Amino acid sequence: MTALVLLDHEGGQIRKAALSAVTAATRLGDVHVLVAGDAALAQAASQIAGVSKVLHAADARYAHELAEPLAALLVSLAGSYDHIVAAAGATGKNVLPRAAALLDVQPIPDVVSIVDAQTFVRPIYAGNALATVRSSDAKKVLTVRSASFDAAPAEGGSAQVEVVAAVDSPDVSRFEAVQLSDSARPDLESARVVVSGGRGMGSEEKFHALDPLADVLGAAVGASRAAVDSGFVPNELQVGQTGKIVAPELYMAFGISGAIQHLAGMKDSRVIVAVNKDPEAPIFQVADYGIVGDLFEVVPQLVEELKK
Amino acid sequence: MKILVPVKRVVDYNIKPRVKADGSGVETAGVKMSMNPFDEIAVEEAVRLREKGAASEVVVVSIGVQQAQDTLRTAMAMGADRAILVLTDESPEPLAVAKVLKTLVEKEGPSLVVLGKQAIDDDMNATGQMLAGLLGWGQGTFASKVDVVDGRVNVSREIDGGTEQVSLALPAIITADLRLNEPRYASLPNIMKAKKKPLETIPAADLGVDMTPRLTVVSVAEPAERKAGIKVGSATELVEKLRNEAKVI
Repeated sequence: MTALVLLDHEGGQIRKAALSAVTAATRLGDVHVLVAGDAALAQAASQIAGVSKVLHAADARYAHELAEPLAALLVSLAGSYDHIVAAAGATGKNVLPRAAALLDVQPIPDVVSIVDAQTFVRPIYAGNALATVRSSDAKKVLTVRSASFDAAPAEGGSAQVEVVAAVDSPDVSRFEAVQLSDSARPDLESARVVVSGGRGMGSEEKFHALDPLADVLGAAVGASRAAVDSGFVPNELQVGQTGKIVAPELYMAFGISGAIQHLAGMKDSRVIVAVNKDPEAPIFQVADYGIVGDLFEVVPQLVEELKK
Repeated sequence: MKILVPVKRVVDYNIKPRVKADGSGVETAGVKMSMNPFDEIAVEEAVRLREKGAASEVVVVSIGVQQAQDTLRTAMAMGADRAILVLTDESPEPLAVAKVLKTLVEKEGPSLVVLGKQAIDDDMNATGQMLAGLLGWGQGTFASKVDVVDGRVNVSREIDGGTEQVSLALPAIITADLRLNEPRYASLPNIMKAKKKPLETIPAADLGVDMTPRLTVVSVAEPAERKAGIKVGSATELVEKLRNEAKVI
């Protein structure tokens, strides 16, 4: 059996989450990947360990990974594959269900575990339950959670690159612009340590109190929905049911109460630390280590301690 | 211009879901049900577009049991003009839902279909994209801003690393993300008015759509519980624990 993985990219780089999708696909058989964009991306894709063939959609219409042309391309390529896989990120979730509909397949989103070629485990109800589902479709279309599969090594492969021709699709969408955050910090979804703030951070300005701690730990910065909705930080930092799903070695939550929607995005972290003024905050029920106290006092103390 | 807004009746977001003892699913009997929160945002956006004069009518549709009427009445209390209930005892998968919605789109002729990006029960995040595919329409998913201008709709989308803008020809599909708007509360007079708005019921079987599920639920289980750990008294103690006990830094 052979799986086709859509490798999504951002800012000229293949997303790390896509490498986790490659790992998931290796459990299903031989792995081919489809990458839309410039030749450098295709070259990078050919180096990924475990990939045996790269399909390069070089036509300009695919450069921004718009769902309408890309889903049509996936459908045209689908004939040779048993599984079509992508990371459960913004691109995978945008493109794959559309392709699935065109293939008359019910997609299986957010896979966290592969039982066999037909059977997959996925969280429902914000991770409050795990459903094991078996697909009767001839082809399986799935997105996988990067937090549940290790990233395939970006080096070590030497796959052939084959340019695929563009196919017709409805000309109904146009890319206009993109604004990417230019953070020098590690990627939230693949960082070893995540430092997150919630409503308790108080303001956009005060949210920066976490910066020195993130610096000393080399951590990514995340946030709860409350902090994003309050305008303290941009949406791409949101951890939770509808934001990023993370499972770092260490997750530190500051001023986060621990709504189930937030826990859904981080409760698989190896070690969880919570700092909150409210001793009854639900976050303490999942935290390995908690401090009841004022985060604006605790954070500078942590930075001092960590520098020792 | 007409806007169609599909809405789903789900377990209220404040209720902690309980897995049934036989592992066949999540308990919904006797549990408070509400409109999927993302669908409330979709209804709000459609109503705002009508209030701005960009649309003339907002039609809400739900696919489900009789009680989904309550969800439709809520949507009409928020400002939708009329409602359609596609009656079925099954809980159809997104593929079947998209096929049903396609038949309604062909009947109603909306220029825009606005959906919530995902339902908080099955967390599929697929119906809007699938409907767009079946119709051959453009899709503006995970929308945080929507503007209808000169026969097109411009959409800001929340993506992994930031925000993206796309422009779609009408008719088009929009799926609402959290920050598209803040849905209004229905006022009592509007709740009363909504009771008089038209609600048409169509048996799902009449639409001639194959709704057979493609996925069999083998089992539903509780995830591994995480145990509460310990409280420490100081930053010094915490760093000591992280270094020597958890060995994570």
